[in-house]
Amino acid sequence: MNQNLYRRRKLVNRLGLMLSMFAMVLGLFVLLSILFTLFKNGLSSFDLALFTQSTPAPGSEGGGLANAIVGSLMMVVVTTLISTPIGVFAGVYLAEFGDNNKVAAITRFVTDIMLSAPSIVLGLFIYAIYVAQVRHFSGWAGSFALCLIAIPVVVRTTENMLRLVPGSLREAAFALGSPRWKVSTFVTLRAARAGVITGLMLALARISGETAPLLFTALNNQFFSTNMNEPMANLPVVIFQFAMSPYDNWIGLAWAGALLITLTVLVLNIVARVLFRDKVAG
Amino acid sequence: MSSSPTDNGMMNQSLLAVIRKQRLQDFFFHKITMLFSLVVLFALVGIIISLLINAWPAFQKFGLPFIWTIEWDVRDQNFGALIAIYGTVITSVIALLIAVPLAFGIALFLTETCPLILRRPLGTAIELLAAVPSIIYGMFGLFVFAPLFADYGQPALQATLGQMPIIGLLFGGSMNGIGILTAGIVLAFMVLPFIAAVMRDVFEIVPSILRESAYGIGCTTWEVVRNIVLPYTQKGVIGGIMLGLGRALGETMAVTFVIGNSQRIRESLFAPGSSIASTLANEFGEADDFQLATLFALGLLLFVITFFVLGAAKLMIIRGEKAQGSKT
Repeated sequence: MNQNLYRRRKLVNRLGLMLSMFAMVLGLFVLLSILFTLFKNGLSSFDLALFTQSTPAPGSEGGGLANAIVGSLMMVVVTTLISTPIGVFAGVYLAEFGDNNKVAAITRFVTDIMLSAPSIVLGLFIYAIYVAQVRHFSGWAGSFALCLIAIPVVVRTTENMLRLVPGSLREAAFALGSPRWKVSTFVTLRAARAGVITGLMLALARISGETAPLLFTALNNQFFSTNMNEPMANLPVVIFQFAMSPYDNWIGLAWAGALLITLTVLVLNIVARVLFRDKVAG
Repeated sequence: MSSSPTDNGMMNQSLLAVIRKQRLQDFFFHKITMLFSLVVLFALVGIIISLLINAWPAFQKFGLPFIWTIEWDVRDQNFGALIAIYGTVITSVIALLIAVPLAFGIALFLTETCPLILRRPLGTAIELLAAVPSIIYGMFGLFVFAPLFADYGQPALQATLGQMPIIGLLFGGSMNGIGILTAGIVLAFMVLPFIAAVMRDVFEIVPSILRESAYGIGCTTWEVVRNIVLPYTQKGVIGGIMLGLGRALGETMAVTFVIGNSQRIRESLFAPGSSIASTLANEFGEADDFQLATLFALGLLLFVITFFVLGAAKLMIIRGEKAQGSKT
């Protein structure tokens, strides 16, 4: 009887561990099959024309994604320029003044919620307060919507990284008589630099693939344009529209764009991780 | 020390000036960084107010029944939110039913059985799965998964579960691979890495002395996880699941591609439907002023629902961490 119980426990254990390994394999399989599909379908349209020609008109042959790539880059750069100072300083506030502080506690809580807030609603918000007021879609609006997504990411990683800086470093600087702002910016922030940059890159990766908020803000532009005050072509929305279209060359371009975005995002993620790991190890 | 009293006085004077200047700088530093950190708070308040203002015409016309009316008639301007809410909730529930066991398995594997050398690369792979943009999941779901699901998955489901008395209705109807169930499955793989990452993180903070004591009295790995790790990390695990739920509720692109976008509720899970987010993405472009107001109302509902789910998740995780802090 005891033998039976023993055998049953072993069986349950083996079953549980096998199922858990199966789950891991399934997860990896999904990742690999997504990458495989992207390469299989995207590589055929992945050529020089992709970077030099603009999106084709309905029914016409060929074309590329040059306008969408430039549009996406511009919006992402503007977003980074706006959200970096805001996010980093907000993170500094939470880390340096945020203990036993009601305002900071609430801000931290709200930031965590905004991290996962539905991005489409953020797009709606920018539409309501900006696009509907000036009565046209624009690259600026797209950037503002992306800022709302990027800032919480930067805030939280900056705070976490600053908290990893040893207290002795901070105290040593205070003991030398440096004012608080110098300690925060030239000592702790500098010590946590690699971590903060990691956070920025993760935010960059996050916004590069965001589609939903751009539908209501930047919209799309069939032509090449670098005017942030006009509707602006961008990769995610072009992929969305082209993937749903009946034209074969459009669908091919959508796959090529999808491959481009995914590679960018994954490379950003990996570089961010390697960068941070080296810094912590060293 | 050896300096004369007058020297000291002069020193104090200039020192005081420096200190005064630095105090002023610190004061501004404090206020400016605080202002930046309040940006997020203002954004939240702004979102709720602006959505409420824009949605007002819809709430004025339909009142509260808007939330439980099954109606989406663009021509007659008659709208209700229940179809979209139903689609949102059902797809998210399906996603969690699939993703939670899988995430648990992955977290178990990464913390207990995985060889140490593989832990980091495999963990990174799961995190990369979380980094893949949602539009890619949507395309993958539409072009790769849906055809396969229509050819193999749906007939198999209909032949087995579809033959059962009551739940058989859920698996009836035509099988074209697109619909509520497909959206749920694609969502499952989107939220899986988020839940798995949280579970792995909370599993890792279980004190090794607890785990080792259990192994010491002869528990199997499965029993250790089931009876020691899981009860210990309960709150964190539930928080992680709710975090996944919050993600699933608000996901737009992955769902829009595969849900079929039909404004009807049907009993079969194979039938097309729509979620709040997919309705917004699809109809915003062609909507007139009044329909726009109803779309804003939908957006507000979505935001409020996810806000509460995510808030509860966050509280759970914080409370879980606190409980662990007091125990150790």
